[in-house]
Amino acid sequence: MYPTKYHKAASIDDAVAALNAGEDAKLLAGGQTLIAAMKQHLAAPSDLIDVRAIDGMSGVSADGDTLVIGAATTHAEVAGNADVQRLCPALAALAGGIGDPAVRYAGTIGGSIANNDPSADYPAGLLALGATIVTNTREIAADDFFEGLFTTALEDGEIITSVRVNAPKRAAYIKFRQPASLFALVGVFVADGAGGVRVAVTGAGEDGVFRHAGLEEALSADWASSAADSVSVDSDGLLSDIHGSAAYRANLIKVLTKRAVEAS
Amino acid sequence: MTNIKMTVNGKSVSGEVPDETLLSEFLRENLRLTGTHVGCDTSQCGACVVHVNGKALKACTTLAASLEGAEVTTIEGLANGGELHPMQQAFNDNHGLQCGFCTPGMIMTSVDMVNRYKAEGKELTEEAIRDELEGNICRCTGYHNIVKSVEDAAAKM
Ligand SMILES: Cc1cc2nc3c(=O)[nH]c(=O)nc-3n(C[C@H](O)[C@H](O)[C@H](O)COP(=O)(O)OP(=O)(O)OC[C@H]3O[C@@H](n4cnc5c(N)ncnc54)[C@H](O)[C@@H]3O)c2cc1C
Ligand code: FES
Ligand code: FES
Repeated sequence: MYPTKYHKAASIDDAVAALNAGEDAKLLAGGQTLIAAMKQHLAAPSDLIDVRAIDGMSGVSADGDTLVIGAATTHAEVAGNADVQRLCPALAALAGGIGDPAVRYAGTIGGSIANNDPSADYPAGLLALGATIVTNTREIAADDFFEGLFTTALEDGEIITSVRVNAPKRAAYIKFRQPASLFALVGVFVADGAGGVRVAVTGAGEDGVFRHAGLEEALSADWASSAADSVSVDSDGLLSDIHGSAAYRANLIKVLTKRAVEAS
Repeated sequence: MTNIKMTVNGKSVSGEVPDETLLSEFLRENLRLTGTHVGCDTSQCGACVVHVNGKALKACTTLAASLEGAEVTTIEGLANGGELHPMQQAFNDNHGLQCGFCTPGMIMTSVDMVNRYKAEGKELTEEAIRDELEGNICRCTGYHNIVKSVEDAAAKM
């Protein structure tokens, strides 16, 4: 790896100051994306500002039907948390299916959504659940947060502090794994909650995670796997690579939606 | 540079290392604990898995500088004097290794897996073992004997 300077931030203010002071400083959480990228010389930040020790950055709390998940909460903690399991078991299952056990012990929800990998799992979950992303300066609706491939609404120097999720009436996530990377070849999160029925798809869109209007409409009318049968899923704008063509992914979106509704 | 202090296999150790030093490099190059292997550049093979504060982590994807005060256990710290850990013994008894390159990571991952399932009171089925070993790649054994080794050890741990 190229040389870098490590800084363990003691507070949000400390992290902001360190970010501004560094020439090309970056936040560090679990490192499961950033350190992996640095090893391959795909990233070379001058400074790494570790957010994990900041007070209040990790852990889950429940207030009525609302879950507040600290940005530095690991995938393993979300998967194993009793409140998440009770209020949104689909999200606990999603977290428990990310990568492998060592990745889940280190990787965090904040790092995952800040990175917004087009095949990552959390973006689909948070978009379908209509989550709110809380930063040190504002609150951002998931609909406005995930902007495109590895692109989010975060400004330079903005730090995610937590994610807020309201318990849905019913929800499920089904992921078709790309077995070498463990990421989603396609993943579909269906949710029926206060914001109506929402269907979010990861692993398939050329611009990253997206909602599917046709499937949402069909499932709003009838929450049954057969409701998806009459929906046509267009392969325009879908990814095509050695793992699957756009048409294959379009078909998977429908199949996984049906399975998710059955599992919900 | 950072002066780091941590506990490795029960001994307190320290060293002045560049901030970009990975835990795998610190263990292998500074402490000469070469049982922790490095099998890939992409954080995918699991050969480097060690325990940090009781959790299985990829040493190749963890900065040593972030582990001030941590408790680290490597494959060298598992045996009790001359007596192998039940997981090590089970890999030996069940022919759970061939070249042995993946073995330290397999064993550290498996010890964490068995401990976690026991703590949560969950049944460790063959399917669960295979799923839990998702992040550990073996080029030799075809995995069957590794799964048998873990089942064997789980009954004895
Ligand atoms: C072998 C392997 C398999 C994986 N499989 C999957 C999978 O199946 N599904 C999946 O979704 N992911 C998978 N991942 C990725 C994993 O989930 C990562 O944990 C995640 O993408 C990044 O989280 P992190 O905490 O490690 O972030 P880091 O790597 O530390 O940081 C990632 C990015 O987020 C930024 N960042 C971190 N915290 C914050 C914050 N609080 N505010 C703003 N920006 C922040 C960093 O600056 C950096 O740009 C896998 C990774 C590996 C190595
Ligand atoms: S060397 Fe750490 S995962 Fe391959
Ligand atoms: S025994 Fe050779 S890689 Fe597993």
